[in-house]
Amino acid sequence: MTDHLNLLIGLAMGLNLVALGSSRLPSLIRVAAFQGVVLGLMPLVMEPELGVLAGLIASATVLMKGLVIPGLLRRAMRAARIERDLAPLIGFLPSLLLGAAGMMGAVALARQLPLLPEHRNSLLVPGAAATVFTGLLLLVGRTKAISQVCGYLILENGIYLFGLLLLGSTPLLVEGGILLDLTVAVFVTGIIVDRIQRAFDSLDTRKLTALHE
Amino acid sequence: MNELWLVLTPLIAAAAAAAWPRNATRPWFLPATGLVHAGLALALLWRPPPTPLHAWLGWDALARAMLPAVSLLFLGCAAYGVPYLRLRAERSNRVFVAGFLAALGLISAAHMARHLGLLWIATEAVTLACVPLLHFNDTPRAYEATWKYLLVGSTGIALSLLGSFCLGYASRHGGGTGNLTFAALMAQGAGLSRPWVLMAWVLLLVGYGTKMGLAPMHTWKPDAYGEAPGIVGAMLAGGVTTVAFTAVLRVRAVVEAAGAGRVASLTLLAMGLFSMLIAALFLLSTRDFKRMLAYSSVEHMGILSLGAALGGAGVWAAFFHVWNNSMTKGALFLSAGNLRRAAGGRTMDEVSGMACVTPRSAALFVAGLFAVTACPPFGPFFSELLVLRTAFATGRGWAAAIWLGCLLLAFCGLTRVVFSIAYGRPRRAARQLGRQFPETLGVIAPPLGLLLLALWLGVATPQILLDAWTAAVAQLASPP
Repeated sequence: MTDHLNLLIGLAMGLNLVALGSSRLPSLIRVAAFQGVVLGLMPLVMEPELGVLAGLIASATVLMKGLVIPGLLRRAMRAARIERDLAPLIGFLPSLLLGAAGMMGAVALARQLPLLPEHRNSLLVPGAAATVFTGLLLLVGRTKAISQVCGYLILENGIYLFGLLLLGSTPLLVEGGILLDLTVAVFVTGIIVDRIQRAFDSLDTRKLTALHE
Repeated sequence: MNELWLVLTPLIAAAAAAAWPRNATRPWFLPATGLVHAGLALALLWRPPPTPLHAWLGWDALARAMLPAVSLLFLGCAAYGVPYLRLRAERSNRVFVAGFLAALGLISAAHMARHLGLLWIATEAVTLACVPLLHFNDTPRAYEATWKYLLVGSTGIALSLLGSFCLGYASRHGGGTGNLTFAALMAQGAGLSRPWVLMAWVLLLVGYGTKMGLAPMHTWKPDAYGEAPGIVGAMLAGGVTTVAFTAVLRVRAVVEAAGAGRVASLTLLAMGLFSMLIAALFLLSTRDFKRMLAYSSVEHMGILSLGAALGGAGVWAAFFHVWNNSMTKGALFLSAGNLRRAAGGRTMDEVSGMACVTPRSAALFVAGLFAVTACPPFGPFFSELLVLRTAFATGRGWAAAIWLGCLLLAFCGLTRVVFSIAYGRPRRAARQLGRQFPETLGVIAPPLGLLLLALWLGVATPQILLDAWTAAVAQLASPP
């Protein structure tokens, strides 16, 4: 069971690097969506005995992260008629290298932290830390609003990975509330992206410089 | 179960306002809900119901010490909202009124949340409910501010979710049963896994610190406060920040019970002093009077953080300061809204002589300046004095010295901006605009009322509040 899980986490970690290296927005969105689907499958692999609960969480996650949110982003992208994030603040190669370094750092960090016996052989903690780091890197390093939203999605994916450590010990109500909040957050962000596009005729956040000291 | 109505009433009112067909009468939902909420909150302040130890949501001592302040501030803002939205009659206020009411309900829920997960859910929901309020002015600048608020705020709040998970894992690693109420976590105390607790503390402090606007995570604040309408700025500065402060206090109590209180105090102290320093420096350079209020808010969050770091009497003083901060910020933002409308500008370069154009608002703004810079007899003077005394008493004289230096700089910065817009010769644009926006009772009474409350808190702090703050300090200090 842990092997299957580790395989999925490894896949998600690989997707981090793909995301860091991709300049085309459609592929970035696709990577974030695919990572979401991979994450959605994990509860099923982890705790088959949870049954209905795991199934519910899994299908809600796959639906949201794999279909609804990427669809929203694609619509915004088409409306803005942009395909590429051409001039990132942190270049593609440096961010790839940073991402790889972050992955190693995540493994080192996870070794320092005390884990429960059932989590000792799993990649959950390093995977979560590396994904959170990737998300932050995209948030800081990219200049198009849509790529930043993708960064936020990947950050969220990392947190979700970490949340899997607590699967079964947090009540469904809390999990549901968290999922709902995050979904609404992305919806609201989508609306604001749309308005920015209309107000500035661009989704380049470097143009948002009217407010400064 | 009366306390549940503090959450439900505003949410129901928000739904009703969203469905209400008439734009002209919809704003009346604000003061009506504000009255009910404030009445209920004050009644609960006097007669607190017993809270079951492991309830997820409850009127505990901490909620009792903080929430009534937000409730009174909301009432002031709501009363101002009716004349304000009448001035903006050309725009639909459906989303604005509904969002404003929903924010109140969610703020109440966050103050009363006694469960780690519920606290996060409510705080995130408050953040999202405020988004449509920020871009009500519908300008490109407003969208820019909203984008920064969303991006920085969402990242911060996401990190606090990660921190919450870490705390949950600390509990599980220490043999916890998965009960993530703060009471249970505090009871587990030293049983929590220490490395995970420290990790959780860092993430939660960064996350909720972003919402409070502690430096260096304050970058969204000047933009958001500068672009949002006055009543929204007041609610953000005096209401939403208190939610994050409650969260920090609740988490800190757990960290302290886990035996890492020293680390928590040191980090809070460092962030508090850094916030005050950053705020003081930016106050010396800003020329925009609404952004000035944002930096002043950063400074006051620093004071709260410092008070919390000192523990015991410092936390008590921080509760006192929460009340003072909410009232003075309310008065300042509302009067600043009046000035901004009549002046047609927002910086020292565009605005001067407002004392001739809008004498009452300018007088309120200047009086508010003295209140916020801790001049007696306003409340902030007494609460800041108390923080200062605690700092000396606990042997942190150096921190107090740095703080006093920052206060002096902040005073210079604030008076520089305020006097230059209030006095001098009014500009021609302001003379014409001033006639369009007369100072009616509706836009003067709310900030005046809030300022008088700040004064009253200073000269005659009600005994019931003193007791409430003492009870809250006791709840934070001792594991149940």
